[in-house]
Amino acid sequence: MEEVIAIAIGVLVASGVWLILRPRTFQVVMGLCLLSYGVNLFIFSMGSLFIGKEPIIKDGVPQDLLNYTDPLPQALVLTAIVISFAMTALFLVLLLASRGLTGTDHVDGREPKE
Amino acid sequence: MTLMNQLIVAPILLPLLTAALMLMLGEKHRPLKARINLLSTLLGLAISISLLVWVQQAGTTGSIGVYLPGNWEAPFGIVLVVDHLSALMLVLTGIIGVCALLFALARWDRAGASFHALFQIQLLGLYGAFLTADLFNLFVFFEVLLAASYGLMLHGSGRARVSTGLHYITINLVASSLFLIGAALIYGVTGTLNMADLAIKIPLVPESDRGLLHAGAAILATAFLAKAGMWPLNFWLVPAYSAASAPVAAMFAIMTKVGVYTVLRLWTLLFSGQAGASAFFGGDWLIYGGMATIFTAAVAILAAQRLERLGSLSILVSAGILLSAIGFAQPSLTAGALFYLVSSTLTLSALFLLAELIERSRSDKEIPLFEDAERPRPLPSVQPLPGINLDEEQKAVVGQVIPRTMAFLGLSFIACALLIIGMPPLSGFIGKLTLLSALLNPLGLDVAKDESVSGPSWALISLLIFSGLASLIAFSRVGIQRFWAPRERPSPTLRRNECLPILILLGLCIALTFKAEPLLRYTQDTAAALHDPQQYVLSVMATRPLPGPTTAAQQVQP
Repeated sequence: MEEVIAIAIGVLVASGVWLILRPRTFQVVMGLCLLSYGVNLFIFSMGSLFIGKEPIIKDGVPQDLLNYTDPLPQALVLTAIVISFAMTALFLVLLLASRGLTGTDHVDGREPKE
Repeated sequence: MTLMNQLIVAPILLPLLTAALMLMLGEKHRPLKARINLLSTLLGLAISISLLVWVQQAGTTGSIGVYLPGNWEAPFGIVLVVDHLSALMLVLTGIIGVCALLFALARWDRAGASFHALFQIQLLGLYGAFLTADLFNLFVFFEVLLAASYGLMLHGSGRARVSTGLHYITINLVASSLFLIGAALIYGVTGTLNMADLAIKIPLVPESDRGLLHAGAAILATAFLAKAGMWPLNFWLVPAYSAASAPVAAMFAIMTKVGVYTVLRLWTLLFSGQAGASAFFGGDWLIYGGMATIFTAAVAILAAQRLERLGSLSILVSAGILLSAIGFAQPSLTAGALFYLVSSTLTLSALFLLAELIERSRSDKEIPLFEDAERPRPLPSVQPLPGINLDEEQKAVVGQVIPRTMAFLGLSFIACALLIIGMPPLSGFIGKLTLLSALLNPLGLDVAKDESVSGPSWALISLLIFSGLASLIAFSRVGIQRFWAPRERPSPTLRRNECLPILILLGLCIALTFKAEPLLRYTQDTAAALHDPQQYVLSVMATRPLPGPTTAAQQVQP
């Protein structure tokens, strides 16, 4: 499972970085989205990965990290998801404003000279 | 828990509630919102000052106030901490906030929607970032202040703001991702996000995990250094700050200082001398990165033509000086750096406000459109300018009264220039002098002189002087172009609200010149407390939650 998660994070972040370096604003938005997915998965995996363990305390089960998964990374991921979602929405508005004001979707606001 | 302890959370709650009120008022009632905003900002400043006085009075060097917002004890819940450094930054934020707001009330707050709400949220983020003692909570406050700054950056709209804003937002979103990766790595290794707890856990990290910890810290530092404006992570800063409207740029003068603050706070806590194998990790990066920043920004200043660019590049120079000085991990140098931080932040925000008035006072034809401003201007024509009489029968030169407003602009410009260059007699000089003297006498003035000054110290000394020289050249040239141009023009009209904040900021700098000693004493206490984090850690970890009505019974049982 660790390998699968690691590869997934790697692919997401690599695609994200490549897209951020592209010249069109929409590609940059997509890149930022993919990057934030990768980061969210990364935070999640920092709480170590288990199958079938929950972060809620049950009666009769000893309260240690052998029987439960760490709840903190899950809370952090939730916050990070909300924030990155809001920032993407803001970025989309800016993208539209930039398109309207400059007439191009290039990140510099003007087409590169041929 | 005293009343003052409760006051620690007030700088966060006050702007939050004010912003909520602004949003409820909607787009109408602008004068009312302006008044509420001013009142709330002034109140925030008053609270910050009272916290500063409290921290200073509470006795020993490391007097620290701790507040538990969730009433959970330290490593488990979020903690707000006000110590010398936080209190100083809070007051600085309050002063800059009041001045930027006064300036904005003259005309800029009418340039777009929701200015007042965004302004308060910006203050909320700044106050929160300076108060929090939890790594993830710091991320949240960073996002709050950045989200507000995106809105403020675009305030007034226009092509230049939107296209530089696009770069600004992208860079900051990527930096936020790095922040999260770094914080997650540190959590994965140490199992805590509380800064004081981290300071305890880091010496105990097993050798096999230390590489991972250092990688996490380095990634985290990259995010902060991008915000602080360290070379080569600072290319976004100059266009963005130059394009922002004047009051917003004045507020942004403290935004890079947030990056510097977090570097100082985290580095002295996490990698202090007591951190075992990780002690002073990355100090050389700060020293040399800071120096590279000073050098590149000082060279760029020589080429700057517009005042806003000059201001933005001066921000970079000061960020470089601060980062480099922090990297030496030497209390006397940190004390000097903090004094310099206060003086330079006040000056730079005054410069941004002044820049708009000066550029506006020139006639419309002269104000370049943004597209042209990137290119250097053609040299002035060799032909005499209109108004200069080269004829045989020269008319007698009649003395002309300098208009009052022009005199104000000119004198303020000279004061700003002196402060930034670091020439006597103003407080910029005292700041740089303290830094130089700390570099030349690492152990203090009254110690025997046979100690040697290290290579990096000499490099920083020469860069400090070189950056002063570069600023001197750039400021004299811009000043001559702006003020000594023999050209007919109407005397500029200034509003009272626009002059007042500049007067306040420069007046504070002049007051700092005469009253440098109390502040220097304060920054020395701050630096001593920072470089000995034991007190901070103990105060945070020793704070116990208040017994609530339902838990009181359980709490009594040991």
